[in-house]
Amino acid sequence: MKPAPFKYHDPQSLSELVALTATLEDAKILAGGQSLMPMMNMRFVTPEDVIDINNVKELNFIEFSDDFFNIGAMTAQRELLSSSELRTVAPILNEALAYVGHFQTRNRGTIGGSLCHLDPAAELPALASLYDAKMVVLNKEGQRVVPFDEWSLAYMMPCLAPEDVLVSLSFPKWKLNHGYSFVEFARRHGDFAICAAGVLIELDKSDIISKVAITIAGADVKPIRLKAFELEIVGQKVNEDLIRSAVEEVKKIETMSDAYYSSLYRKRLSGTLVERALRKAAERAGGQT
Amino acid sequence: MQGGKLEMVDQRNIDVNVNGEPYSGTVETRFSLADFLRENLGLTGTHLGCEHGVCGACTVLVDGEAIRSCLMLGVQANGKQITTIEGLADGNNLHPVQEAFWKSHGLQCGYCTPGFLTTLVAFLRENPDPNEKEIREAISGNICRCTGYQNIVAAAKAAAEVLRAK
Repeated sequence: MKPAPFKYHDPQSLSELVALTATLEDAKILAGGQSLMPMMNMRFVTPEDVIDINNVKELNFIEFSDDFFNIGAMTAQRELLSSSELRTVAPILNEALAYVGHFQTRNRGTIGGSLCHLDPAAELPALASLYDAKMVVLNKEGQRVVPFDEWSLAYMMPCLAPEDVLVSLSFPKWKLNHGYSFVEFARRHGDFAICAAGVLIELDKSDIISKVAITIAGADVKPIRLKAFELEIVGQKVNEDLIRSAVEEVKKIETMSDAYYSSLYRKRLSGTLVERALRKAAERAGGQT
Repeated sequence: MQGGKLEMVDQRNIDVNVNGEPYSGTVETRFSLADFLRENLGLTGTHLGCEHGVCGACTVLVDGEAIRSCLMLGVQANGKQITTIEGLADGNNLHPVQEAFWKSHGLQCGYCTPGFLTTLVAFLRENPDPNEKEIREAISGNICRCTGYQNIVAAAKAAAEVLRAK
């Protein structure tokens, strides 16, 4: 239960970092270590080189522009929780982050680490999916932007080549009085969710949906956005019929089975969670909290 | 994989402050902070339960923040202030959280206790007047298999009261 021997690197800048990733053949980037360290301790991964990026200060920031908020990959989950500006612009982050591990792991766990580890039930990838976040990736050749739609290639496999480094995530802002809700179900507080659901919603003056996003995590190998259904319900009101149709829609998604929970259970749970999140989000968009 | 690698053990020099004492020395880079504290410094009060971040027994304070010392490398502690269970008491005077555990019978075998104590010291600093739900959430990342949580929660409440009065 100790990591296999490796060579430790601690680049002090982004340029040093991408120079390293361009040359090392079997390296793992160590962000907050809340997933990689257990995997190394259990020797599920035994990299030749470990690149600790905790000293690359350029990767730690929260910035706001008119239409976006941008978060550096090495921003700790705890820092996201304590940003009052973020709480105003995107209150769903706070609601979702409270489910991420425990306060001891949030002190070190980072947003970029979570997005690169890409556990199917993790909350931060679910948020990136909900917001259609843009992932800013850098290597020695230059920078590229990957929409979240293309980020998840397969089970726990982000769209990253060995020389690539995730630099930041860019989230489009929603209207200031948008409704939001993030709900999940786990056996114990802080455990990975069995399933989770997130909803963002904008209503116009007569309570008609002008914009909506619905994501389910934990049901399949990557977060599922109900994009077709979202388009269908724009222009409608959130009422019992609409909520029933959302639950029907969830029945159509592909869900996975594992040793603990069957695909049918995940499907039913997802339906219940989407229902709860949709109700809560609509209620909040209506001005109630 | 064995031979070649063993010849070139990757080591670093680090400077850390542990429980108020400065320490300079060499650490193998694959050592966790917990192993560094236990093996290099002989501070065996930090216990290792699961070594993959689930049980919370190895919790220590790094620059005042509670973290899992099995999920941080010793080399990453370079330049930091560490507080372990050995650093909580003031000479022969127990820390109020330790005293509350003793009075409330918040421990039996004691294996998980260092992690609970460091966790609660950090938590009560941030939230000096928590309700029971908040206490239970704060300790949800620490596993105790023999005492049960009733007396631990009682100890946390009692400690919060003492600390508030200070």
